[in-house]
Amino acid sequence: MTFFLQLVVTGFALGMIYALVAIGFIIILKNSNAFNIAQGHFVMLGGYLGYTFLIVFGMPLWATILCTMAIAALGGIVIERIALRPLIGQPIISIIMMTIALSSIIEGLVTLIWGGEYKTYHGVLPTLTITVSKISIPSEPTIGLLVSATAVLILMLFYHYTKMGLAMRATAEDLQVVQSMGIKATTVYSLSWVIAFVVGVLGGILLGAISGVMTPLAEIGLKAFTVALLGGVNSIGGAIPAGIIIGILENLSAGYLDPLLPRGGLASVFPFIVMLIVLIFRPHGLFGLRKVERI
Amino acid sequence: MLKVENINVVYMKVIQVLKGISFDLEQGQIVTLLGPNGAGKTTTLKAISGMLRTEDGEITGGSIHFNGKRIDSLIPEEISLLGISQVMEGRRILEHMTVEENLLVGAYRRKDKSEIKEDMEKIYTWFPRLKDMRKRVSGYLSGGEQQMLVIGRALMAKPRLMLLDEPSLGLAPLLVKEIYEIIKKINRETSMSILLVEQNAKAALEVADYGYVLENGRIVFGGPASFLKDNDIVKEFYMGISSSGERKSFRETKAYRRKKRWFF
Repeated sequence: MTFFLQLVVTGFALGMIYALVAIGFIIILKNSNAFNIAQGHFVMLGGYLGYTFLIVFGMPLWATILCTMAIAALGGIVIERIALRPLIGQPIISIIMMTIALSSIIEGLVTLIWGGEYKTYHGVLPTLTITVSKISIPSEPTIGLLVSATAVLILMLFYHYTKMGLAMRATAEDLQVVQSMGIKATTVYSLSWVIAFVVGVLGGILLGAISGVMTPLAEIGLKAFTVALLGGVNSIGGAIPAGIIIGILENLSAGYLDPLLPRGGLASVFPFIVMLIVLIFRPHGLFGLRKVERI
Repeated sequence: MLKVENINVVYMKVIQVLKGISFDLEQGQIVTLLGPNGAGKTTTLKAISGMLRTEDGEITGGSIHFNGKRIDSLIPEEISLLGISQVMEGRRILEHMTVEENLLVGAYRRKDKSEIKEDMEKIYTWFPRLKDMRKRVSGYLSGGEQQMLVIGRALMAKPRLMLLDEPSLGLAPLLVKEIYEIIKKINRETSMSILLVEQNAKAALEVADYGYVLENGRIVFGGPASFLKDNDIVKEFYMGISSSGERKSFRETKAYRRKKRWFF
């Protein structure tokens, strides 16, 4: 039982980080109607940046998070301005191709700067171990949970209760209407890339602390995609429970199913199987916005 | 106030849709553009609001002035800031947002918070039906309510000129009447100008001061609304009434169409 609870709790923390990354993915999907293939690469870059600031520069965690977010925000603005703004009004496939190009560029940059090696900053984070009766949660997942939950909360409040959030939601529904109301769509796009990049690197720092940083960390992008599909591709709120479900399932299958197989490895596949089954019965995902149909 | 001079519009660099459209619109006037499908009515509105750019269209000649400022090279966001608000065809509500949020999107570029509140109340008095539904998700409103909502949303931007594209589309005759009465009322109370595109010539000429008939990208006919209303050709083509006052069959109209020639 202790083992089970332990898995669930760490899975919950992991899932919250997935949800955070998935929200970045969904915001791009809602506003530009395009899959952002580079979302996972933002995560990977975040992990390496986290390593650089924490280990190489020896900065505390909060300063690392702030610096990385600042770099990501700048990166988001630059990416939107140079790579994606010229594609407004072009077919969606060209935007997707551009995100593939971005992912290659980021991967190349990371290899160039950090050599693509395995880096880890385990144990550098402040100790924040929580022990409830027999379950003790190590500090990395605890910090991951706290930071990502805060970030998700801030994002949700921003998206639903601020004027800029209103503009983002409106742009997601109808670009022409928004333009005819004088809202600058380019500002909204720019902001959506900033958010996607920032939540990506934030997820990267947190995940890097848990599992170490390597170029395959970019595969988290695929997991964000799963979370988005499970929660409903256009539902930001849906990403939170979906992320948690995926995180817990992944941990449980790693704990219980992997030992049964000679080589293991079911943990990374299991969430996808669950996603497929859910999509058969709920094609819009668990919390997806349906197209409004009047009778 | 609005001066459209000899504009040509080309889509995708090959399809010429407007071939030299010119007309004027004065402060407080309602001007209507009539004509069959594909005549270029909506394109004219999009040329004014700048919305052509998002559809791969381009103004290749002529000029558009609004209050003395040339606007044909501006982007839609800038044009909207000058006080031109477009209500697009087909009730383009933001369907997952509530009625109130839709209205707030209209007021997005305004800074005067207290006045926005007042204006919202004003819109609720013009469209009392919206008031009861303000917390509802707008996608579930009825067609007429959605049309009221998009007009209300455009009004929230406090425009000096509203471009109104087919407000009667797909609505029951009584509802069309109700909406046109409100439009007329708003025009009287706020002295906002309206450029109205409409297939329903009868309803449009009822409220308009001036009317122009477009065909194949040209203005073929125009004048004060009272003149157009009594004009035989307009009556026959757009209202289905022959000069003797009785309804005419579609077959006869078609035969007449073939030999018509009525450019200015």
